[in-house]
Formats: sequence, C-alpha cells, structure tokens
Amino acid sequence: MAVDAAAEQRTMASRLIAALKDATGAALLAFGLSVPILALRTEQNISNELILQPRWDYVAVAVALAFGARLLYLLAPALPRRPSRSARATDTRVMAVFGLALLLSYPMIALALAGTGGAIKWIDNFGIQILIYIMLGWGLNIVVGLAGLLDLGYVAFYAVGAYAYALLSTSDPVKAFMAEWLGPSFWPMWAFWICLPVAGLMAAFWGILLGFPVLRLRGDYLAIVTLAFGEIVRLVLINWVPVTNGYAGITSIPRPTFFGIPFNASDTGFAAVFGIPFSPLYRTIFLFYVILALALLTNWVTLRLRRLPVGRAWEALREDEIACRSLGINTTNTKLTAFAIGAGFGGFAGSFFAARQGFISPESFTFMESAIVVAIVVLGGMGSQIGVAIAAIAMIGGTEILRELDWLKRVFGPDFEPTHYRMLLFGLAMVLVMIWRPRGLIAFRQPSIFLKQRRAVRADMVKEGHG
Amino acid sequence: MREAATPLLDVEHLTMRFGGLIAIDDLSFAARAGEITAIIGPNGAGKTTVFNCITGFYKPTSGRMLLALGGPPPAEEVAALTGSGRRWRRTPTGGIFLLERMPDHEIVARARVARTFQNIRLFSGMTVLENLIVAQHNPLMAASGWTVLGLFGARRYVEAEARAVERAKHWLDRVGLIDRADDPAGDLPYGAQRRLEIARAMCTEPVLLCLDEPAAGLNPRETADLAQFLQSLQAEHGTSLLLIEHDMSLVMEISHRVIVLEYGQKISDGPPEHVKNDPKVIAAYLGVEDEEVEKVEAEIAR
Repeated sequence: MAVDAAAEQRTMASRLIAALKDATGAALLAFGLSVPILALRTEQNISNELILQPRWDYVAVAVALAFGARLLYLLAPALPRRPSRSARATDTRVMAVFGLALLLSYPMIALALAGTGGAIKWIDNFGIQILIYIMLGWGLNIVVGLAGLLDLGYVAFYAVGAYAYALLSTSDPVKAFMAEWLGPSFWPMWAFWICLPVAGLMAAFWGILLGFPVLRLRGDYLAIVTLAFGEIVRLVLINWVPVTNGYAGITSIPRPTFFGIPFNASDTGFAAVFGIPFSPLYRTIFLFYVILALALLTNWVTLRLRRLPVGRAWEALREDEIACRSLGINTTNTKLTAFAIGAGFGGFAGSFFAARQGFISPESFTFMESAIVVAIVVLGGMGSQIGVAIAAIAMIGGTEILRELDWLKRVFGPDFEPTHYRMLLFGLAMVLVMIWRPRGLIAFRQPSIFLKQRRAVRADMVKEGHG
Repeated sequence: MREAATPLLDVEHLTMRFGGLIAIDDLSFAARAGEITAIIGPNGAGKTTVFNCITGFYKPTSGRMLLALGGPPPAEEVAALTGSGRRWRRTPTGGIFLLERMPDHEIVARARVARTFQNIRLFSGMTVLENLIVAQHNPLMAASGWTVLGLFGARRYVEAEARAVERAKHWLDRVGLIDRADDPAGDLPYGAQRRLEIARAMCTEPVLLCLDEPAAGLNPRETADLAQFLQSLQAEHGTSLLLIEHDMSLVMEISHRVIVLEYGQKISDGPPEHVKNDPKVIAAYLGVEDEEVEKVEAEIAR
C-alpha cells in the first residue's frame, strides 16, 4: 500500500511538472504573440507626433491568462464521458412545445419586462435579428449540414432575395402597371406579400445557377468557388449602378403591411382600424411574428424533407457520393435541389430583411455574413435543427449583449468599448467549442426512420461530407 | 444444359484506355441469365475496371455492352438501337440497354444492374434500416410525387414507405441483421457490413448484381455462409451474379462460368473445371519461365 501511495505521489508530481512545463510553453507563446500586438501602442501627442506608449501590463495579463488557463486545462480531472444519450421522443416534444410557447409569447414578455419604451430594442435587436439568422442557418443547414456541400457564398442568395424585393417593389414600371390595373393603393399595400415568394423563387433559381458549375467540385475547391460567387454578386450590386444604385443602395422600400393594412398613423392605418393608440411597436411585433412564421416554415419543411427520399439522398450524399450513384440516385439533381431549396430560404430571409430595414446596400451582404451563417451551422452541428437555433442565439444574441455591457466601462474606464472585442470573443468561443465539442453543440444525428427504437447516431460515425 | 441459358449481358470488344495505359484490351464475354459468372485474374488485371465500365462509373473507350431483359432480343432490334443515338429501348418482351451510353444512376434505375464495392461503401452515419431505404430511392421518389406530394404527407407516399420498410425487413432477415436495424451501419462488424452492402444492392431489385470481392476479409465460416447466400439469391430471386473474387475455392464452388483476365485481356473463359486446367491460367497464376511461355502457348495453339 505504502509503495502504491508513493508511486501515486510520484506520478502526481511528474504530472504537475509536465503541466507546468506545458503551461510555461503556452505563456511563452502568448508573450511572443502579445508583444507585437499589445505591448506597443502608437499615439499622437499634442504636437501631432507619433509616440510609442508601452503597455507591458497588458502583456503581463495576457501571459498570466494563457499560463493559468493552460495549467487548469491540463490539471483539471478529465471530464467524465457521458455515454451517448438517446434523446427520447417525449423529451424533444416537450422541449419543442416549450420553445414554441416561449417564442410566441416573447414580444409580450419583452413588453412586460422592459415596458413600451425598452421593448422595441429587445424585440427588434434580439428577437428579429436572431430569428433572421436562425432562418439563414436553417436554410444553409440543408446545403452544409445535410448534403455536406460547404457553401461559403450563402450571403449571395440573401442578397438576391433582398434586392429582388427591393427592386421589384420600387420599380416604376411595376408600380405603374399595378396602379393601372389594381388601383394606386394596391402595390404599396401588397408588395411584400407578393414579392416574398418571388424573391424566394429568384434566389432558388440563382442557387441552381450556382449549382451547375460546382457540381464536379469537392472540398476546398467547392468552398472557394462558392465564396467567389458570393463576392461576384456583391461586386455586381456595387458596380451595376443604373439598376442597383451602387453603394448608395435602395431606399424607401415599402414596409410590410398587416395583410393590406399599413402600420402608420393615418386613418386607415393599423392603429386606427383596431382602435388603439398609434405606436411603432406594433410594426415591430408584427415583423417578429412574420419572421417567426418564416423560420418555422423553414424548419417544418426541412424536418419533412429529411423524412422524404430527397432528404435521405442528401444525407446519403454527405456520407458517400459513389455509393449513392451505385444505388441509382441522380447526384446531379440531388445536389441542385439542395442548393435550390437552401438558397430559396435564404431569399425569403433576404426579402424580409429588405422589408424590415426599408433600405439596403451592398454593405449588408459581405463575406462576413456568410462566415457567420456557416459558423452558426458548424457550431450547431450534425445538421441538427435545434443545434443551429442554439448556435444562432449564442452568436447573434452574444454580439447584441456586448452592446448592453455598459457597466464594463466602470471597470475598465470610459474608453472601454465592449463591442470592439466582439471578434475576439467570437474566436475564443469557437476555439473552446472546437476543443470540447468538435462536431458542434448537438453531437449526434437523429435517424430519419426506425424499426423498433429511435437511437441517435454518434458523431464519430457521421461524415462531414466532402465539401 | 447450361448452354441453353440466354445471355443477359453481352460485352463485346470492350476497351478502356487511361492515357497510354490500356486497362482493358478488346474484351468480350457474356453473363448469362440465372447464372453466376466469376471474373478472376491477378492483381491489376483490370477486373474492377470492367465492373466500373459495366456500372457506368467509367465511360469505356470503345466497345458495346448490351443488357437484355426478358429473353434474347431480336437482332434487328439491337441493330436498330445501336444505329440510333438512343441509350435503350423497350422490346415486346422486356428491354435492351446499351450500358456504355448510360449514366451510372440510370444503369441501376432502368437496366437494373446493381453493384457492391471492393472497399465497403456503406452510409456509415445512417442506420442499417436507412441504408436500405436509401437504396429504394427511385420508387420512393416517384411515390412522393417528386417530393411535392410527400411534403404534404400524401397517403401514396406513406404507403410506399411502409412497403419499402417491409422490403428492408425482408432483406435484413435474410442477412441476419434484423436486430441491428436501428444501429449505425458503421458500427457493424466487418462481415456484417459486407452482408449489409449486398442486401442494400438487392433492395434496388437488380437483375444483375456485380459483386466486387464479396469474400475479402471474411473468415472461412463466413465465406461458406456467403456462398450459400449467393446461390440462394440466384435460385430464389433469379438474380444473375457477376463476381470478382480471389478466393478460388468460393469461385470454383459457386460459379457456372469463369472468365480469366490478365493484363486486360481474356485468357480463358468457360466452366470452372475447364478454367482450372487451362495451362494459360496456370501460367498466369503461378508464373512460368520465359522459355516455357512459348511451349505453353504452342500447347494452347494445338
């Protein structure tokens, strides 16, 4: 026994030494990295000269953080591995009902907690903004999560949807045509509801158009070409000034109406018709329910498609394209439907975005948007719908929360701007998730059909797809 | 008696070149309906290339691969189809298909030729049952009204899916995997994965099943079971088999006809007993001295 205890002590000691060595290495690395980035800051003094201001305290904090975090990571007892738990059907159903009830009552909750003044921010910046990204995430999930085709240019379809709505609704010939046939008030009232499906179809069409040239590409090549496609669309929007108005963008896009009743202070407006005092809040709440309905439609369609041959073919394509071909699956059509349906949902989201903002410009459709949506899908994991929703709430909600953290100024001084650290925190969160959950937050796949018992498939069995 | 069997697949003057390399050189053979035809040969002889040509994964450089369903086709029909630019045509008894013109998925869907792979290609992240349902993609796709009807839960699709599950259950029973239907395919042991791959191919209801080394990596017991299983496929479902195999005892036991390839050329073709004693085959497998080749060839010429 005594020998055992001594041996254990020795292994503990050697483990500690190894961890210390490793952590010192990490601290050195942090030092090397932080010297050029943090240690020296150039500032202008009163006589307009650049002076170097050393900030060694920042470096010391960074090094200490790296050392401490690495040491903790190495010495923390290994997290007990949970056996892959199969989520029971009742569990998920209860969760779904609860989530839906929460979403439906969210505007009321925000109103009750923040009052009419504060509620707009919570419904618009958090509710609507997050739901747009959830919808984009669910749309891209069809292409990336199910079909396994890495699409880095998804923002192109978002842009196509937004510009399709913006251009159609503000186009003079269309306005004139509608005014002639259906009366002058028809088009401003109904433009959104008519253009929404059109924008979706347009985006789906562009999805197919992108799909054709990339059919033969895989992996990195596919990613690069889709990325380029996204940039091409943005550059066309910038440079085709006669149509898109370039950088200046398109203004005074008609806002959505309550099925023909506008949200304004006029006598025929929403407030007057329903006999309630006018408030901009109603429009925001209505927009929230519109995007909620669109997102739920996306979810419903995707869940249905997963149980249809086309959805199973997408997943099979992600697993093994050659085997698909040997079973008589037309992989061309399968890929194109994935691109088209994913793009279509992006187009819906885009036209909603244009209607919500009332103004769009190419600035809103940069690669950063694609990257965020891809990050949401990857973080969500395994083509899981709920995972995408959680990831979108965390990423977009987290960004918005940073704007709210004014109390940090009291800690770090009035110059401290939390939003400047957005990308840093993004990166940190990504690194942590990839360490602990390399296959995303939801690390198992629910089979689409079962004989006796629905058992989740472990992440290590499921392939990421070949591009 | 075997000679009476009609050819199902007629491969004529098949040639496949990869740049300067001739993988298959003017190969002609026939696989007959209701028979097990084996293709054997040393490594690199071009066996898998032949499979890839038949199943449409490669477009052959030249040659014709004619598959006839429902008995021997009239010669004028074949000539008419070959002369036209079309890929296939219906005949009064069935259909004739020119496989070299058809894309891979159409070969499975229309000509009903299925295959398995040398290195098993299952959908490892999908369950065993899902693997078999994916194999029935085309009939299910039609039943779901190309997704549109299925999206709204059309009865026609629900029924078709139930039938697909029944067929999957039948095949799971046959390969002894019914208890593992809800497990991921990648979790199965090697031998079970091989069986599942054959079951999956059978779910496409093929008339010709091409098996690429089905016994590779199996132990002798599993190989014996496989032999029985393959013979039962042929007897019960009338599926003709074309198989590539290195396990000679399996080949000699179950095949009706053996074709031997070496360097892309056919060096022997006939019943197993004939091939077994063919000096050219023995030379190819065991190797002979250079001076002996002429002697052997002279013997063959006689």
